[in-house]
Amino acid sequence: MTGSARMPDVRRTIDAIWRIESARVVAGLVRVVNDVGYAEDLAQDALVIALEKWPRDGVPDNPAAWLTKVARNLAVDKVRREQKGREKYAVLAPELDEQRRAATPDPEAVVEDPVGDDVLRLVFVACHPVLARDAQVALTLRMLGGLSTDEIARAFLAPSATVGQRISRAKKTLSEAHVPFEVPSARELPQRLEAVLEVVYLIFNEGYSASSGDRLIRDELCGEAMRLGRILTALLPREPEPYGLVALMEIQASRFAARTDRHGEPVLLDDQDRSRWNRTLIRHGLGALDRAVALGRPLGPYTLQAAIAACHARAATPADTDWERIVALYDGLAALNPSPVVELNRAVAVSRAYGASEGLTVLEPLRQDPRLRSYHLLPSVRADLLVRLGRDGEAAAEFEAAAALAGNAHDRRALLELAAAAQERAGR
Amino acid sequence: MRVMVMVQSTPAWEAEGQMPTTEMLEAMGTYNEELVKAGIMLDGDGLKNSSDGARVVFGNGETRVVDGPFTESKELLAGYWIWEVKSFEEAVEWAKRCPHDPSEPSQLELRPLHEAADFGDEYTPELREQDDHLREQIQQQHGS
Repeated sequence: MTGSARMPDVRRTIDAIWRIESARVVAGLVRVVNDVGYAEDLAQDALVIALEKWPRDGVPDNPAAWLTKVARNLAVDKVRREQKGREKYAVLAPELDEQRRAATPDPEAVVEDPVGDDVLRLVFVACHPVLARDAQVALTLRMLGGLSTDEIARAFLAPSATVGQRISRAKKTLSEAHVPFEVPSARELPQRLEAVLEVVYLIFNEGYSASSGDRLIRDELCGEAMRLGRILTALLPREPEPYGLVALMEIQASRFAARTDRHGEPVLLDDQDRSRWNRTLIRHGLGALDRAVALGRPLGPYTLQAAIAACHARAATPADTDWERIVALYDGLAALNPSPVVELNRAVAVSRAYGASEGLTVLEPLRQDPRLRSYHLLPSVRADLLVRLGRDGEAAAEFEAAAALAGNAHDRRALLELAAAAQERAGR
Repeated sequence: MRVMVMVQSTPAWEAEGQMPTTEMLEAMGTYNEELVKAGIMLDGDGLKNSSDGARVVFGNGETRVVDGPFTESKELLAGYWIWEVKSFEEAVEWAKRCPHDPSEPSQLELRPLHEAADFGDEYTPELREQDDHLREQIQQQHGS
């Protein structure tokens, strides 16, 4: 924390207003111009004008109304300038005439959307299946997070131009596919929601597990993902999985301060100082998990993972961890989404609940799985179990194999140290 | 970043049995809902007035317990929120939208919380239940 004087800087104030209002401004414009991409362009143009005017003339009382009005005027000007724009004017004209006729006492009044349905429509458009995953991520951060192209590029370590092109292409794709501005039908919702949750969790993981890039930006990305998740829970309160995802992210994020030591070296879960876990996030996360479960539907993958994370969050010390419950939850997850990674985690849980040799038994079939061939966690987990069984020679070889596969220097160094220690014990 | 927003008490609030008006409660409810929908609300609650409170005072080598009510309402809290926002300015913008009684002065105090958000990598798979492989699996299952 720097001890800077807290004089609100007008540029940062405008950024904050944009973040608060942009989704609603864009959604309101979509109702006028019938095209999400075009609405977003107009809103951005209005923001540019605001950045010019507000520092000079002060911030208007109702910034959202101001931005919407300016954007609408831009749209009308453009239509009048371009004879080609007949089609769009045809769409605009009735709406504008209606506005003139409408007996609103305040012509600048923005149509309020108390339910937040407009924002929800925007979420489903940004994560629409016609778009590639990276385009969904960029559009979501841009339209719902109010992040600039530069901010998104910095967070994903991509050139700004690349992200800019990705966003324009995505808008074009949405236009050409005539993606409607609507919340999916009940029949479509589960699958469409799954895509949205996946985008949000991907954003979180980008911040959570990145080994490169600016820490602060990474941290913000996690914060952004948690905020998006919370927005979803508020807009879809009858759906359990958004609550599950929020719980999962918040409980994982609660450990940030304890994950690394003073030198930036990773600290294993068992060795973490649990007093440094963020209680506010844990409490909020456990509350979200309770709500997911209380909806009484079969537990989905995010809720199951959150329940696993919650077992750790509830344990005051590693010895208090309810490993048997964790094994049962992994059984549920494996039934839902069978995958070698889930199996690997189940093996760890089994070893903690029922002993190292039981864990090795679960691991055995995974050693033949081609999908884990270059996955350093398989040999490193196996090595840990071998150490616990006193089979240090075999463990040393596994640690070395893991080090050779590790993706970053941190892990490699730690694994080589473990290999050397095991070798030394074996040689005695 | 997390910001604590402290709602300063008023003499009316401190006065016995003075509950806020229905309109005020409704406006506050709507505002709280907006904070939730914006995804920034982490925590928040209202406090009973100081007549239900007490102070533990240390000094002159002794420890005293002083029961409420306390008189200097300007220094008393009526409630608090903890918001998670991207910038301090964002918290200020939200605070400016807080419903308030125009007939008497009132204020909110905003203070950023200390953050120790250090990032690193764990290599315990137990902490990372899902990764690309799992995502691939999900995609295969749903044929997307």
